[in-house]
Amino acid sequence: MQLTVLLIILALLTVIGYQMGRSRAVASVGGRIVELHSVPSYHGFYVALWAGLPALLLFAFWGASEGWLVMQMVLSGLPDRLVNGDAQALGLLRADILNLAHGVATGREPDPEVVAAAERYLRLHALGDWSLLVIGCCIAIGGLLYARGRIDPDLRARNRVERTVNIALVICSLVAILTTIGIVLSLLFEAIRFFAVVNPLDFLFGTHWSPQMAMRADQVGSSGSFGAIPLFAGTLLITGIAMAVAVPVGLMAAIFMSEYASPGLRTWLKPILEVLAGIPTVVYGFFAALTMAPFVRDLGNSLGLSVSSESALAAGFVMGVMIIPFVSSLSDDVINAVPQSLRDGSYGLGATKSETIRLVVLPAALPGIVAAIMLAVSRAIGETMIVTMAAGLTANLTANPLDAVTTVTTQIATLLVGDQEFDSPKTLSAFGLGLVLFVVTLTLNMVALRVVQKYREKYD
Amino acid sequence: MSVAVTKSRYQSEEFSARLRRRYAAERRFRIAGMLAVGIASLMLVVLLGSIVSKGYTAFWQAQIRLEVTLDKQQVEERNYTALVRQALYAQVPAATDRATRRLLNDLLSSGAPYELEAMVNANPSIVGTTQTVWVRADDEIDQFMKGFIRRDVPEAERRLSDVKIAAIDALVAKGSIRSTFNTTLFTAGDSREPEQAGILGAVVGSALTLVVTMLLSVPIGIAAAVYLEEFAPKNRWTDLIEVNINNLAAVPSIIFGLLGLAVFLGFFGLPRSAPLVGGLVMALMTLPVIIIASRVALKAVPPSIREAALGVGASPLQTVTHHVLPLALPGILTGTIIGMARALGETAPLLMIGMVAFIVDIPGGLTDSATAIPVQIYMWADSPERAFTERTSAAILILLAFLILMNGLAVFLRKKFERRW
Repeated sequence: MQLTVLLIILALLTVIGYQMGRSRAVASVGGRIVELHSVPSYHGFYVALWAGLPALLLFAFWGASEGWLVMQMVLSGLPDRLVNGDAQALGLLRADILNLAHGVATGREPDPEVVAAAERYLRLHALGDWSLLVIGCCIAIGGLLYARGRIDPDLRARNRVERTVNIALVICSLVAILTTIGIVLSLLFEAIRFFAVVNPLDFLFGTHWSPQMAMRADQVGSSGSFGAIPLFAGTLLITGIAMAVAVPVGLMAAIFMSEYASPGLRTWLKPILEVLAGIPTVVYGFFAALTMAPFVRDLGNSLGLSVSSESALAAGFVMGVMIIPFVSSLSDDVINAVPQSLRDGSYGLGATKSETIRLVVLPAALPGIVAAIMLAVSRAIGETMIVTMAAGLTANLTANPLDAVTTVTTQIATLLVGDQEFDSPKTLSAFGLGLVLFVVTLTLNMVALRVVQKYREKYD
Repeated sequence: MSVAVTKSRYQSEEFSARLRRRYAAERRFRIAGMLAVGIASLMLVVLLGSIVSKGYTAFWQAQIRLEVTLDKQQVEERNYTALVRQALYAQVPAATDRATRRLLNDLLSSGAPYELEAMVNANPSIVGTTQTVWVRADDEIDQFMKGFIRRDVPEAERRLSDVKIAAIDALVAKGSIRSTFNTTLFTAGDSREPEQAGILGAVVGSALTLVVTMLLSVPIGIAAAVYLEEFAPKNRWTDLIEVNINNLAAVPSIIFGLLGLAVFLGFFGLPRSAPLVGGLVMALMTLPVIIIASRVALKAVPPSIREAALGVGASPLQTVTHHVLPLALPGILTGTIIGMARALGETAPLLMIGMVAFIVDIPGGLTDSATAIPVQIYMWADSPERAFTERTSAAILILLAFLILMNGLAVFLRKKFERRW
């Protein structure tokens, strides 16, 4: 509540600051704007920035650290009996305090000390919010008055405002880098914790996957096994099926659309592929699980084959359909990038259209097409919903497309869905798989993008 | 006088055979192309067709008419279940013994007493009178009325017993069962009972998520694109940023989910299942899309505009904000809407951050537990009831309607403001 109030006050103060700065700048030269170093609106922006920016930074900093800070204060006030546990007990205690504070039932009778701590947490939180409101307003008003006092015909307001904006732009463009760093760090950090329990070589080359860990030491099957080879094999099988559908269909569709189809036909065909590309993956997953899989099973059974109801074929086929527009639009780009002069030269020698395409256009476009296929493979490997809904969960090491297989993404999704403790090898193994997935897709993308770029420059 | 006609070698038998073969190859190639396009179109038709044919019935719902006598004492004891059941028994006088009546209880949705209670609460003056109310039928009755449970299969294999079917027949004969537009689907949250389940909670969850996504990714994305396209010096740093953005655009979405789980939930301790976290993750995911689209739009603005602005003394920032950005805005907007549409359909990252949960309440804020439309589809698709299959397809149709709306808007904007220089 207080935070919303603060944001509204800040917004008001910046607007007021803009008006003040503007009118004061005009007044300082008695209306002869020519004598100002910067136009009046820059003076306005200058004051507005001073009013809004420092308080906003404080607000962002507070929002990021408040929960942690308050929790530390609460924990330091608790008796040693509760706090002196290992990291896990401490985490549990934190969760209990938070749950009590937010009125979530914890299911067991809470310790009176913990109840008191929860109340303290709420109190400190409220105190923090109120002090933020007061301090934020003070800083904003102080900044506004300071900047207003500095308004002067010679003030280089434009340069200052533009420098600030420039810095903001740089920070925005760094967000993408930060995201990548965040991905790499979070995957690495959790994966290292996983590899402390499970040998990386066993993980990468083991052939048995059953991530169930026993809760108690004496339980049957107490050690899970984390050999990821069956997952990699399953992923490759489904990706292979998807590519067997998507590459020929997508490529031929691209060739037909760019070389054969009349403009009228193309205006009809292009949207069809675009719609196919725009359908959410969960819809494909539903289609694969409820329409395609039973169809494939019944078809196989009528032919006397035994087909699993979660066959790799159904999931792979639907994934292939999903990737058709991806392959065709990328190939379309590279085919169109082949210069017309190559085609004309071929026609001039008397080649038919298909001969020109097969013997001239496609070889010229080959690097681009290979890159497109690599991007499509990377996309198929990383696709989650179709396989989660339509492929199996048991890790079979098989090359039979009629069997059920599981994939890397399916396992990540099933390992992490639902409530889980954060430091069991079972949960952490998902991050190990995520790391492998990230490295593989990143490599494919990097190589493919490099090839596309190089190739594009060739004909430019 | 006759001229000896010697056939040139261009008219020889071998030549025409070769030519025929080449033309045949040409035709085959062309047909292969048509076939590819045909397969793609066919799959689209099959996909949409199967979903529409499975889903359109979910927009109707069977209701049963009851003549409820709102006995004062029963109302005060909030004994609406008994009231509803008595009214039902009155509708089917043939059922007299306890066993049959117990079966009859299943004809009504378990939510029927609550419907009645809500009606009484809204208008307390009806207590003591007899009212005609239409309450929702149980999902199996609904499926039977729609013909998905067939009466010609043996009773043991049917989900409805003969007794119930007889009761339904009696109700139909009296005109006490009707099929109405299924408003529950649009006004309720999730439920374990198909006839009480609705999509509204998920729609609100998706809307909250998208608002967060938009507020973060649009300004940051446009700012980053402006910097990279207009101000950035050409050096190794900016090259790195560029490569990085292109790669991020191709990172699997589930990886972003892992990032959200480890950083936003694990490190910052934000609440699970919250649209706030979902929005943050989606923002990081759509950011590259928006940056790339915005850069294309900025690139399309001819340099002469910039040169003219700089020539009359505008600063670089003024050039961009006064001239380049307004001209590129339609293109940026189109790219943004398409990015948002993609975020709306995305499921995998939301599974990672716990937005896959059974949530009955409609979320009221950014930190409430919520789901999103695609996640709701995912969860309903797992439910065994036939009625949920139907509702899953209906939810997909609703999701597709939103997507068509957004993409239509993007196309409209492109058509209206597109400018060729």
